[in-house]
Amino acid sequence: MDIPYIVEERADTGLNNVKLGIWLFLASEASYVLLRLMAVEWPLGVDVLNVPLGAVNTAVLIGSSVTMVMAYASLKMDSLDRYKWWMSWTIGLALLFMVIKGFEYNHEFDIGNFPWTSTYLAIYFTMTGLHALHIIGGVIVNSYFLGPGAKMWETNKAQFTNRVEAAGLYWHFVDLVWIFLFPVLYLL
Amino acid sequence: MSEDVQAHIRTYRKVGGALAVLTVVTVLVSYLPFGVPLAVTVALIIAATKGSLVVSFFMHLIEERRAIYATLLLTAFFFIVLLFIPLLGHADKLGEYYTVPNANAPVAESGAH
Repeated sequence: MDIPYIVEERADTGLNNVKLGIWLFLASEASYVLLRLMAVEWPLGVDVLNVPLGAVNTAVLIGSSVTMVMAYASLKMDSLDRYKWWMSWTIGLALLFMVIKGFEYNHEFDIGNFPWTSTYLAIYFTMTGLHALHIIGGVIVNSYFLGPGAKMWETNKAQFTNRVEAAGLYWHFVDLVWIFLFPVLYLL
Repeated sequence: MSEDVQAHIRTYRKVGGALAVLTVVTVLVSYLPFGVPLAVTVALIIAATKGSLVVSFFMHLIEERRAIYATLLLTAFFFIVLLFIPLLGHADKLGEYYTVPNANAPVAESGAH
């Protein structure tokens, strides 16, 4: 049985199911709770973490959000080649983010900072680790849409564009989470 | 259609530039000698501004349908409910004396074998 309303809009919601589904998923993801103000003991992030590296990584992730939305816009402009160019950049920037994060983690381990060292570090590693898992998930999905998944462009342009839009919404959400994680963990 | 997308692309570039500038501002502001409450407030205001730009323009929420807004409002409601559950649990125990087991306490020697 075919899934209904993949491309066309439902009369009651005015949305196709893809868009409503990805927003429901993102809404369920919004469960990060930080209790910085109530913490009895909390180090200044700048004393523990590398702020310049964190700032560069923020710029890298914002850059990948821009390239992702450009990839989507390219499909709207009916250009698969431009889409592939921008999507490649999105994946490349995501991988660069992970490499920089890897260097940061490695440095923390070298100086004896582990998740069990303090509450702050437990939260730091949990939050950034979960975020990194989301990055990996996004890279896998985006790579699929850059490679084999892009074949759908030949048979159903509208559905492929919708899929990329949904992947883009997820990707921007991952960027959005980092926009809050960076000041909260690194700067306060 | 094409002109509409071109207009969107111009917006994407402007938003990307604004996000980069606000990232620099976030770092610079963190060096100002604010107390913790003010520093947290300022940092979260800037982060919320950046987040709003991403959600509004990259995720197109500014021109989205009502069903999406309703979904997000429902999420916000249940988010607050989740925050209240431990508070209500605590309020339920007010006035009662009870101890929490100490996982770090040494294991007591029992004479029986």
